[in-house]
Amino acid sequence: MRYIPTTPGEREHMLRVIGVRSVADLFADVPDSVRLRRPLRLRPALSDPEVLRYLSSLADRNAHADRMTCFVGAGAYDHFVPPAVWQLVGRGEFLTAYTPYQAEIMQGELQATYEYQTMVCELLGMEVANASMYDGASALGEAAVMARDLTKRDRVVVSRAVHPEYRQVLRTYTEPLGIRVVELPHQAGTTPPNPRAVDRRTAAVVVQHPNFFGCLEDVRGWAEAAHRVGALLVVACSDPLAFGLLEPPGPLGADIVAAEGQPLGNPLNFGGPYLGIIATRQEFVRRMPGRLVGATVDRHGRRGFVLTLQTREQHIRREKATSNICTNEALNALAAAAYLSLLGPQGVRQVAELCLRKADYLKSRVAELPGFQLPFPAPTFHEFVVRAPRPAEALVRALSREGFLAGLPLGKFYRGMRDCLLVATTENRTREEMDRFVEALARACRRGRHVVGGRMG
Amino acid sequence: MRDFPLIFERSVPGRRGFGLPESDVPAQPLEELVPPQALRRRPPALPEVSELDVVRHYTRLSHRNFSIDEGFYPLGSCTMKYNPKLHEELARLPGFARLHPYTPEELAQGALQLLWELGEELRELAGMDAVTFQPAAGAHGELVGLLVIRAYFASRGEKRTRVIVPDSAHGTNPATAAMVGYEVVTVRSDARGNLDLAALEQYLDERTAALMLTNPNTLGLFEEQVDRISERVHAVGAQMYLDGANFNAMVGITRPGDQGFDVMHMNLHKTFSTPHGGGGPGAGVVAVKSHLEPFLPVPVVVRDGDRYRLDFDRPQSVGRVRAFYGNFANLVRAYAYLRTLGAEGLRAVAEHAVLHANYLRVRLAPYYEIPYQRICKHEFVASGVRQKRRDGVTTRDIAKRLLDYGFHAPTVYFPLIVEEAIMIEPTETESLQTLDAFVDAMVAIDRECREDPEKVRTAPHTTAVGRLDEVRAARQLDLRWRPA
Repeated sequence: MRYIPTTPGEREHMLRVIGVRSVADLFADVPDSVRLRRPLRLRPALSDPEVLRYLSSLADRNAHADRMTCFVGAGAYDHFVPPAVWQLVGRGEFLTAYTPYQAEIMQGELQATYEYQTMVCELLGMEVANASMYDGASALGEAAVMARDLTKRDRVVVSRAVHPEYRQVLRTYTEPLGIRVVELPHQAGTTPPNPRAVDRRTAAVVVQHPNFFGCLEDVRGWAEAAHRVGALLVVACSDPLAFGLLEPPGPLGADIVAAEGQPLGNPLNFGGPYLGIIATRQEFVRRMPGRLVGATVDRHGRRGFVLTLQTREQHIRREKATSNICTNEALNALAAAAYLSLLGPQGVRQVAELCLRKADYLKSRVAELPGFQLPFPAPTFHEFVVRAPRPAEALVRALSREGFLAGLPLGKFYRGMRDCLLVATTENRTREEMDRFVEALARACRRGRHVVGGRMG
Repeated sequence: MRDFPLIFERSVPGRRGFGLPESDVPAQPLEELVPPQALRRRPPALPEVSELDVVRHYTRLSHRNFSIDEGFYPLGSCTMKYNPKLHEELARLPGFARLHPYTPEELAQGALQLLWELGEELRELAGMDAVTFQPAAGAHGELVGLLVIRAYFASRGEKRTRVIVPDSAHGTNPATAAMVGYEVVTVRSDARGNLDLAALEQYLDERTAALMLTNPNTLGLFEEQVDRISERVHAVGAQMYLDGANFNAMVGITRPGDQGFDVMHMNLHKTFSTPHGGGGPGAGVVAVKSHLEPFLPVPVVVRDGDRYRLDFDRPQSVGRVRAFYGNFANLVRAYAYLRTLGAEGLRAVAEHAVLHANYLRVRLAPYYEIPYQRICKHEFVASGVRQKRRDGVTTRDIAKRLLDYGFHAPTVYFPLIVEEAIMIEPTETESLQTLDAFVDAMVAIDRECREDPEKVRTAPHTTAVGRLDEVRAARQLDLRWRPA
C-alpha cells in the first residue's frame, strides 16, 4: 500500500507480538453501532503519475499570475520572490519538522524564528513580535482581544478603510466576548483623526496603513487621539514592505501592529497559507497570543534558543490562555526571514520605492483616460482606487479576456462603489505592461460605451 | 566553542543579496509622491548579506533541525507521518501557487473544483454533510466549530453558557471555549481511560452548549461508550464536538458523523499528511451535520451544474475567521494524498497506525509503566514514573536522552492526567525496523537510568547545544537581537 512500508509477513509478526489474531481484534473497542459497514465511497485511487496529471489539469484551468498580468492586490501581492527563498525554506529539514518542543535538536527553527522576530520588529519599528499568527486578518482579531485584555474596556473603533475581510474577522473574534465594534466612515478614502470618535470606554482604535484603498492614514494623529483617552492604537497592514520607505507604525505611536506577511516572500497560493504578523510594546508581551522564541544559554554557557513565556499559552494555561492558537505559520515566517535577509535595508527600500513609483505612473496614466477618475486625493503607496465609466465587474471581465487581472471591484464591499476598481502595482510590473493595461482599459470602455449606447438607442 | 552566528552577525555594510530592476518609469522626486513626514527616518537594521551568505546560513540552520525526513518522530497527538514529495511539486504548480485569491471565479475553476471535490471526499470520510476550508489549523477549526454551535443556539433563541471538556483534553479545547465566551466545565476520566459517563451526566443540562471530545482520546483509547455519550448529550439538546486530532486512527473504520458528532475539525497536517513546516502552516477543515450548515463561515464552495463558485450569500453565517478561503496550498496536498490512497488505502492507514502503536506498546511494557492496559489506537501513553521513583530520573530526562539516540522525543507531560506521561505515536509510515530500533533505544535508556542515571539526567550530550536554561529564557527575556 502506498506510503505504508509494512509487509504482510511483518504484519503477522506484529500481531503475534501483540497477542491478537487479526487487525480486526485491534478495533474490538469500537461499538458495533458506530462502525462503518461498507467501503468508503470515494473517488478511485490514482497512481502517482495519474495524480500529477489530474491535479496539473486542474491547475491549468486557473488564470494565475504567470499567465495573466496581475494588477490585483487588496491584501495579496504579486511581489518578486527570489528563488533562493523557497529552495531554502522548502528543505525537508524545515518543511517536515514540527513545533520546536525539543529545543536542543531544533536550534535551526528556533534561531531562524528569533531572527524573524527581530526583522519584523525592525521593519515595523516595534519592540516585540511573536513567532507568527495565521494571517493578517486573524492577527487583527487577536489584537483587538489583546487590547480589551490590556485596557479592560470593551469598545473597538475601526476605520471603514480597513480591509473589509479583516473587519469581518474582527467582528467574529470580538462579538462572542461582548466587545462592541464601532465603524468609522472614511472621508474620501482616508480616516482623519477624530477625538470625538474615542472616549474612556474605547479599548482600541484600528486603522490600516496604508489603508485598504492604498491611501496613507494619519497614524500619528490617531495615536494621539487614542492615547489621550487611554485607548490603544492598533495598526493593521496588508503589505509591510511599505515600511521599507514609509515611517513604520512603531515610531508613529502604534501599540499593536497586525500585519499580513504574505508580501514578504510568500506565494499568492489562492489566499493561503499566508503569514500573520503581530507586534507590540515590550510592556504588553505577557498579553500576546502565540509562540515566542527567546535566547538563553545551555549547560555549557553556549547561546541557544527556546520557546518561552509559555505560561501565556493554551497547553499550560488552558481556558485562561491569551489565545487558543497552537499551530501557526512557522514556515511562512521562515520564508519572510529569508526574504528580508536577501533584501536587507537597501532591498526593502528599493522594492517599496519601485512599487510607489510604478503605482504613481499608472495612476496618472489612468487618470488621463476619458471617463476615468481618481475619487480619493490622498497620497497612496502601491495601490489606488479608480472610478471607471462602466461597472467595475464588467471591466474586470473584459480586461481578463486581454490577459489582465485588472483589480478588485469594490461594489461587493462598499455601497456606491460599483464603478470603482482597486488597482495595485508591484516591482514586478513593467512600464510596458502598464502601458498595455491602460490601452486595454481605454478600449474596454470605448466598447462599453457602444454597448450602453446601442441599448439606449 | 563559539556560538553559532546570527544572520545579523554575518552582516557587512553595503553587501547585497538581491537583483532588483531599476525604475522604468519617469523619475519624480519622492517628496512629490508622498509627504516628507511620511517617509522613513531610520532604515531597518536588517542584515546586509550576499545571496550565498543567506544560502549557507539557512542550509547550516537546517542541519541544526530534526525532521521526519531525517528520522523517527513519535510525537504523540501530532501524527508525524511521511509527507510525500509529489505533493510539494503539486502545491508549487503556478496554477495553484501563483493564483491570486481575487481572481474572478470563472477564471479559477480548477481551484474551486479541487476544493469542491476535496470537500466531497472529506464529508464522506467524516460522515458529515458540509465543510468549510477556512480554518488555518486545528485550534482555528475549534473556534469555527464553537462559533457555529453558538450561532445555532442563538438562532433557536437559546442561550447556553457551558462547554464540557474531559480532563484529558488538549489545552486548545478549553482555550477555544473561553474565546467564544463559554464557561468551561471539566469532567474526569474513568479507570479505563474513558470519559466518565456518570460524571458527565451530573453536568449535562440545558446550560450545556457542547461536549468537546477527542476520539480516540489523548490517552490513545477509543471512547468505548461514544454512542451512549452522544445520546445523553443530545438528550439535553447539546451538541457533540469532535476534536479530530486523532482522526488517523479511524478513517474508514468508523465515522464521526455515525458516532453522533455534530461538528468536527480535521487537522489535514496530521491525518492527511501535509507537512508541519516547523510549527505550521496547518489546515483545519471543519465538517458539520446539515442542521449546522447555515452557520458555516463565508464563503462556501458550491457547484452549479459544471460550474463552481463561492457562495457569500449566507445570512446566518458566523462570518469569517480569516481573509480569503483557507490554507489552499495545504488543501492541494491533502487532496493529492486522498486521491493517491483511495478508500482501501485510507482504511489501511488507520489499521497500520493502530497496529504499529500496539506493537510498540507491548514491546515497551516490560520496561515502562503503561497506565491503561488496553488495546490502544494510533498512540498510547506510557509513563516514566517507575524510572522516577527507582532512579530519580524524570520523563524529561528520558526524552532528552532519546535525542542522543537519533530520535525525536515523544510528547511528554501530556495528557495531564498521567504522571510523567510519555505519549507515543508511531504512525503507519514507519517500518518495523524503525520501530524496533526505537524500542532498543528506550530499553537502553531504561538500563542507563539504573546504571548511570547522571548520564540521562544531563542529556542530551550529542546535540548542537546541551540542555537549555528555560527558566533564564523566561526571566531574562531576550526576544530579539539588538544592534550593538
